[in-house]
This record gives sequence, structure tokens and C-alpha cells, in this order.
Amino acid sequence: MRDSRETGTGVPLLEASDLSKDFAGVHALRHVSVSVGAGEVLCLLGDNGAGKSTLIKLLSGVFTPSSGKISVRGEGVRFTSPRSALDAGIATVYQDLAMVPMMPLVRNFFLGREPVKGRGIFRRIDWAAAAEIAEKELSRVTVSMRDPFQPVETLSGGERQSVAIARAVYFGASVLILDEPTSALGVREAGHVLRHIVNARAQGLGVIFISHNVAHAWLVGDRFAVLKRGTCVGTYTRDEVTREELQTLMAGGADIDELGRELEDLRRG
Amino acid sequence: MAVDTSTPAVAPKEVGRPRRSVLHRPEWGAFAGALIVWGIFAVIAGHRGFLTGLGTVNYLQVAAELGIVVVPVCLLMIAGEFDLSVGATVAASGVIVAYLVVNEKWDVGPAVAVAFGVALLIGLFNGLVTVRLGVPSFIVTLASHFMILGALVAYTTVLTGTTFIEGFPQNPAGNAGRGIIGHALTGFVGTVPASVFWWIGLTLVGTWILGKTAFGNWIYAAGGNPGAARNMGVPIGRVKILLFISTAFAATLLGVLQLLENGSGNVTNGVGLEFEAIAATVIGGTLLTGGYGSAIGAALGTFVFGVVSEGIFFTGINSNWFQAILGVMLLGAVLVNQVIRQQLNRARNAR
Repeated sequence: MRDSRETGTGVPLLEASDLSKDFAGVHALRHVSVSVGAGEVLCLLGDNGAGKSTLIKLLSGVFTPSSGKISVRGEGVRFTSPRSALDAGIATVYQDLAMVPMMPLVRNFFLGREPVKGRGIFRRIDWAAAAEIAEKELSRVTVSMRDPFQPVETLSGGERQSVAIARAVYFGASVLILDEPTSALGVREAGHVLRHIVNARAQGLGVIFISHNVAHAWLVGDRFAVLKRGTCVGTYTRDEVTREELQTLMAGGADIDELGRELEDLRRG
Repeated sequence: MAVDTSTPAVAPKEVGRPRRSVLHRPEWGAFAGALIVWGIFAVIAGHRGFLTGLGTVNYLQVAAELGIVVVPVCLLMIAGEFDLSVGATVAASGVIVAYLVVNEKWDVGPAVAVAFGVALLIGLFNGLVTVRLGVPSFIVTLASHFMILGALVAYTTVLTGTTFIEGFPQNPAGNAGRGIIGHALTGFVGTVPASVFWWIGLTLVGTWILGKTAFGNWIYAAGGNPGAARNMGVPIGRVKILLFISTAFAATLLGVLQLLENGSGNVTNGVGLEFEAIAATVIGGTLLTGGYGSAIGAALGTFVFGVVSEGIFFTGINSNWFQAILGVMLLGAVLVNQVIRQQLNRARNAR
């Protein structure tokens, strides 16, 4: 298998080797190894329950692995919280957990990393600076932003994802993990988000794009890892595989054939 | 391409000076409500003494005492949690200080320190059980309400044979005569009682925290979308525990204040205060489900509470109707706030 992650220094930005996670004796993930390099989009494909969300929660510090190793730029790390992953440059954007809808854009943009001025009990957020930065960074990614103090709930789903991506890039993330960013979106909205993924890639970020939509993954992916029942059934570069093969791998070829026969019988009555 | 020239497609942007419409703020509905309620009472009860200095001090004092507790209750509600134990904590602090001073002959200062120590434990208990064990705070604090009151009645009866501790040292000079603590809590500036200044001061502190500090940002996020807040590294557990401690502290402050005012500690002090505080907060535009609200709005809600509860006396209406009116206003305020929020967002989306 050709290794296309050897971009830049040749060391992957984020590498998971032989990761396993058990929950009370249930193997949610078994011996999975994936990696992403700078300027590369790795697509994690899999059906519901394949272990995609367990894997990203391990990579983003929500869970700690039962066994296996996570490395950032070749050095072993142990994330104890989402914050520690964030500090190592691993930013994760979740579908529903990206933003606080009732909070203004600028409050969301700086959530957890508020720019402060003043000392002691007069330590306060520098709203003027924050608004200026948010306005500059977000006017490029959102069409409907009129005011950095408008609540996020006034933005569309695609725009919210885009804002979350812009936020991660602004705060110096080197790896972006995107959890089903396009699943709940219409075609136009999804296109908006996919464009930001390609932009992030062009800026030299490593992107892990989780999806069960092969069509969206195929549009932006450099490599594709397919997860099934907690194991990785294969990692392929773009020229090693076709879109149809990925689809079959994901759904489980034999399973889908059998379903096809069964439905055919039903149709005939 | 057809261009609508009547309005610019993109409003000119003033860099660094964000435009913030008054309508964006949660308290404007509460402000309008407060004005209307006050206006109604001014019209029907104005000639009966509602508008006099004495009448004004009367309702301001009622509002102020509730308002001291409302500020942290509001912050906690924005963070997505309730504290139903504040009433019991008011009773506990009053009785503890009264017992230590009257029966054990302690000085007021150390007795108050003990009351705050107990409040710290109550706040920590509420916060830790809610955050670490994941029990809804409604249940946790309802449970601690019963536990505090039960323990208080039992202990006080065993120690003193009664649930009512009288004989708090009076001073010929009146309420304000009991040392620094007495002056600070029950003194007057002109005819305005100290509680009013505590209320205003705490409201300003709450507003500062919510509007200007990172901690305030975390409060909104904790109530608005706890999952997102946690992912961004916000320590929402710590935020909530600190807020539970602050509600217990505010309740203790009020308990001591009322003890100094009345000269007696009673286990039934503060009964119903937990619901009055929630009502005032919600009338002030804070969402019961968290994530949205303001301390100034809550203060205005408290002002409405004070105006109605005292103003009704001046109208000649039987003041037993007070709670019924409060209920109607609570429901009305929630409905109005809901409509305002919907309209605002629709207007924003339509632009």
C-alpha cells in the first residue's frame, strides 16, 4: 500500500496505532491504526455502530484508550480531556456540539479561550478586540453574518459547521476532526462545508473527515479508512479504490447482496 | 441585475464598534414590564401613598431582600440548574447565628462566620451531587431543602426546646447599632435601607460577571449547550459548583440580615423564597431551561415582585390576592418573552 501521508516532514501529524477500547467487556474498537499527515484529508467511513465515534472520541481526548498508542508528530501522547487534545492542536468539530445556539457568534468563537485584559478582579474579556477578530475571520465563511453579536441560532447548519472550522483553524489547530459535518445538510449547504475542508487542507492542516456518505467523502478525500464492527477493514489511497468499491466495503458486500435478494423476493410477492 | 436601492444590501460596518440593538438584550421585555406594572400602581394607588418616599422605600426593601438571593439564582439558572434550598438556607443561617449569639453568648462575627461555613457545605453538597452524580439539581436541592429544614427543626428543638430563638441583643440605638455587621446589613443611607445597596451592588457584580468575564461566557455555555462547552474545554462542573456555593452564600447573607432586622431567628424564615426567586428571575426574561438571561433583567423582575407585593396594600384590594396576581404575571411574562425571542430571531433571519 502506498503511503501518501509522507507529506512534509514524513512524520504523520496524528497517528493512532493499534487502538482498542472496551466498555464493560464490550469491544467497541479493536486494534485500529490510522494516521493523517499535513495537507491530507483522511476519510473515516463506516456504518452506524462501526466504531467511528469511539475512534474520534479517543483521538479527541473524550475517552482514553484501553490499549494502543496515540502520537502527535511522532511523539506519544496521552489525552486526559478534550482540552488536552485541543492544546496539542487536535480540534474536533461535532455535528450537534459545535456551537451554543443561543450565544452570540463572538462568544462562541472564543469560548474557552477568551481574550482577557486587566488584572485581578478587573480581568475581563476584551470584547472590542474579540469582535474585530471574529468579524474578520467569519465574514469569509458565513454569508448571513451581519453582526458578531448575533446569536448562532440565526445561522444555517452549514454555516455553523463552517464557523466551527474557521475557529479551529484560527486557534492554530494542526489536525481537524470533523464528525459527520455534512450528514444533516442539503446539497448546497454540504458543498459549503466541503469547500472549507479543501481550504483547510490547502493551508496544510490534516483533516479527518468522518462520514457514512461515500459521495461526500469521495469529493474531498485523499485516503479512505473503512471501519466495520469496531475493526478497520482497510485503508486505501484514492487510486487504489473506486467509489463503488468503497460503498460496497462500507455496507458489507455480502450483506447488501443478501438484502437485495430478499427485497427482490418481497417485490415479486 | 435588479438592485433594490432603497436599502443597502450590506449595512455599513463600523469596525471595532459592534452594533448592539437594545432589542437584542434579554432585559428589555422585563424593563417594559416593570414600567407598566409600576405605572398601573402609580395610577390606581398614587393618591393613597404608593408614590410617597415611605411607600417607595417599602417596596424597594421587599424587592431588595429577595433580590440579594435572585442574582446568584439567576446566574445558576442561566447555567442550567436550580437551587430550591435557598429558603431553607435563609432559615438555617438565621437560626444558627441566633442560637450561637443568644444561647451560647458568642460574638456576632464568629457566629456569622459559622453560618457561612455551613452555607459552603450546603453549596458544595448541592453542586457535587448534581455535577458528579448527575442527579437533576431540581431533585438534589429539593432533597437538601427537606434535609436542612428537618435537621434545623430537630436540632433547634433539642437544644432550645423551641423553634423560635428570641432575645437577639438589642441596642438602644436601633437596628443599626450592632457593630460593623449590623451597620453594613441593616443601616440606612438617609431613609434607604442598606439592603437596597446590597441588591444593586450584587446585581452590578452579576452583570459584570455575565457580560465581561470569561466565567460569564462559561455560565451561558454551560446552560446553552453543555456538550459543546465541554468540548471547548470549559470546566462546567466547576462553574456550577461555584454557582451553588454563591446561592447558598447569598441566602446566608439574607438570613443574617433578616435576623438583625427582626431580632429573632425562626425556622420558618425564608419559606417560599426559593419559588419567589425563580419567579422573579423568569419574569426578568431568563429562560427556565438555561442558556439565556441577565442579572439586570432578574433585578427588574424582582422590582416587579416588590411593587406588586407592597403596592397592593395601597390599592385597597385585599392583599391576599397578591399570590394570584403574581401567578398571572409570571405566566404573562414568560409568554411575552417567548414571543419576543421568536420575533427577534425571525426578524434576524429575514434580513
